[in-house]
Amino acid sequence: MSRPGGPPAPAGTRPRPIGAAPGRPATRRRRRRRARSAWWLIAPAVLTMLAVTAYPVLYACWLSLQRYDLRFPDQRGFVGLDNYAAVLSAPVFWTDLGATLVIAGIAVAIQLVAGFGIALTLRRAVVGRRAVHAALLLPYGIITVVAAFAWQYAATPDLSFVSDRAWLAERWSSFAVVIATEVWKATPFVALLLLAGLAAVPEELLETAEVDGASAWQRFRQVLLPGIRPVLLVVLLYRILDSIRVFDTVFVQTDGANGTETLSLLAYDQLAGRLNLGLGSAVSVLLFALSAGTALTFLLVFRADLRQLARREER
Amino acid sequence: MPRFRAALLAVLAAAPLLVACGEDGGPVTLGWYVGQESSGAYREIARRCTDASAGRYAIRLEQLPRSADAQREALVRRLAARDRTVDLIGLDVIWTAEFAGAGWLRPWDAERATAVSRGVLAGPLATATYRGRLWAVPFTSNTQLLWYRKSRVPAPPPTWDRLIDTAELLPAGQGTFAVQGGRYEGYTAWVAALLASAGTGLVADPEDPDRARADLAPGPAARALGVVSRLARSPVAGSGLSVATETESSDLVLSGAAALTVAYPTLYAAARADAPDLLADLGWARYPAVLAGVPSRPPLGGLNLGVSSYSRHPGPAFDAAACLRSAAHQQLAAVRGGLPPTLELVYDVPAVRAQFPFAVLLRESIAAAAPRPATPAWSDVSLAVQQVLHPPASVDPERAVPELRRRIDDALASQALL
Repeated sequence: MSRPGGPPAPAGTRPRPIGAAPGRPATRRRRRRRARSAWWLIAPAVLTMLAVTAYPVLYACWLSLQRYDLRFPDQRGFVGLDNYAAVLSAPVFWTDLGATLVIAGIAVAIQLVAGFGIALTLRRAVVGRRAVHAALLLPYGIITVVAAFAWQYAATPDLSFVSDRAWLAERWSSFAVVIATEVWKATPFVALLLLAGLAAVPEELLETAEVDGASAWQRFRQVLLPGIRPVLLVVLLYRILDSIRVFDTVFVQTDGANGTETLSLLAYDQLAGRLNLGLGSAVSVLLFALSAGTALTFLLVFRADLRQLARREER
Repeated sequence: MPRFRAALLAVLAAAPLLVACGEDGGPVTLGWYVGQESSGAYREIARRCTDASAGRYAIRLEQLPRSADAQREALVRRLAARDRTVDLIGLDVIWTAEFAGAGWLRPWDAERATAVSRGVLAGPLATATYRGRLWAVPFTSNTQLLWYRKSRVPAPPPTWDRLIDTAELLPAGQGTFAVQGGRYEGYTAWVAALLASAGTGLVADPEDPDRARADLAPGPAARALGVVSRLARSPVAGSGLSVATETESSDLVLSGAAALTVAYPTLYAAARADAPDLLADLGWARYPAVLAGVPSRPPLGGLNLGVSSYSRHPGPAFDAAACLRSAAHQQLAAVRGGLPPTLELVYDVPAVRAQFPFAVLLRESIAAAAPRPATPAWSDVSLAVQQVLHPPASVDPERAVPELRRRIDDALASQALL
């Protein structure tokens, strides 16, 4: 199937005669009918998505333009962008943004490197592959709150089986615990996706490179990496989007103490703690904009790679 | 909000009809939402009131999470959604103004208010009052005492400073002074008690949203915060101060590491259950003072019972609340659950004295305790305190006071990000 902007159709597909109408009327009608029934088929899903995502997002935008504090019901009213001004001028917003980026940045970097390492090792595994895959998925399958508690206990003196240091009593050691938890949980996910990506790199290509005298590093840089680049980018995007919204680990382990509060925790504090729906929604909308902006930037910058991945999936 | 008002009117108009229906067709069910209580005292009290109502109502106990913050969130979610299954609310003493301000509580009418106020200790009664009306009825109270190991500190001095001096002289590993320095309401309660003991407070005119402002008289406030800063920097605070809640303090006492702690009487119950050897060595005294010669103002906790605005059965709900907090039931809560009463006379009951060997000190401390300010924006004020003054070791008293004043004023306006 060729698409606009794509590469020329590979040999074997029937080129459309120049100047000819796109198909006979009967075919066209059939195609239109099929398109219509396709719309009917996806309509329930689209409507459900609109109801459970678009509506809350739009409602949050609407709330963020109001002074709306449940404790002062009489003062409710439209205030334009006042809430955004209050949020963006508050030092705590920028501190929390910093904490969010520290956690997300370091955690994702470690996840990628460690995940890649595991994937490369597993690729060579001959026996017990299934068992290893299953074991690898365990941390990913464990509920985040449970994992967060386990790591919290490990970092608490007297309860710990690791060390007698109060890890969660200071800022940077708290970050270390939070990041360790995030890494422990998400690395398997990264490893398995990258492993799937590696499977798409033909073994002969690597063998040829080896025969031609390429070193291990050269084979990695010039054969493996380009081969899994699209998968790598998708994994990276998933992990970044997930990590920007980090909530449960921090909520359980420090509840934002010692400068570890993240943006999602900040929004939660305004909404559930202070009942200030206006301010809280403004923080949520900004967090949403940050995620959406990241995703869009990704899609624009790496358009070619992602298209290549989509093509590969079609095959 | 015309729709809201219409809904409220509809509820109000329908309420008597529904009550009438209930009365005709057997007992109405009243949902009592309250934090978990592990001894079963609440369940037993609810059962007794159900029996005593002679078929008018049946109380269904709905247990909320253990932590006060989690309880509040669960309740707020229900009440913001106008959940009509909530009839009776177990309110932490610091929520009254907030829930009343949001329109979630029905005030007690004058006749009922007079009846249920009789014989109630002044502090607990003040926590149920906001802008001159009674919004809930005091059920249990609570305050902190100073607990000490008699073998290590034979005669505890009355002020924080001298207590820290004493602890610093003890051998390492035995001299911890366990305080709740984690980033949560318990830390705010400590700060508020220190400020009150030093003769100032967090908020002036808390009940009037137009005039409410930060209090914090500079001299006394700096003295109070000086205690936080000194203890946090002393080795006797222990390394986990900035994450310590009641659980951690209690663990430090029961494990033998702590020589001193400030804690609610649940500590004594925990020692009786888990460390009976330690019990004989556990002494108690009045909560420490900030200034020599000026008696301390301990923190005031406890639980009040309110009736939800969205209840379909307000009449039976008020009656049930009055029943739940009766002297006999407060005695049951004290003896079985270790929860201090709010009715003064209950402290004289021999069974209560046996449960609390320190009953006289407890009643005296509750009478002297300083309630936290009754402002609807209390959770904001508390958050501001935690943001400016946490971690405890970062507190610089002279610099923290003006910063805290600014942040509390922001919090009271409820328009700034916190």
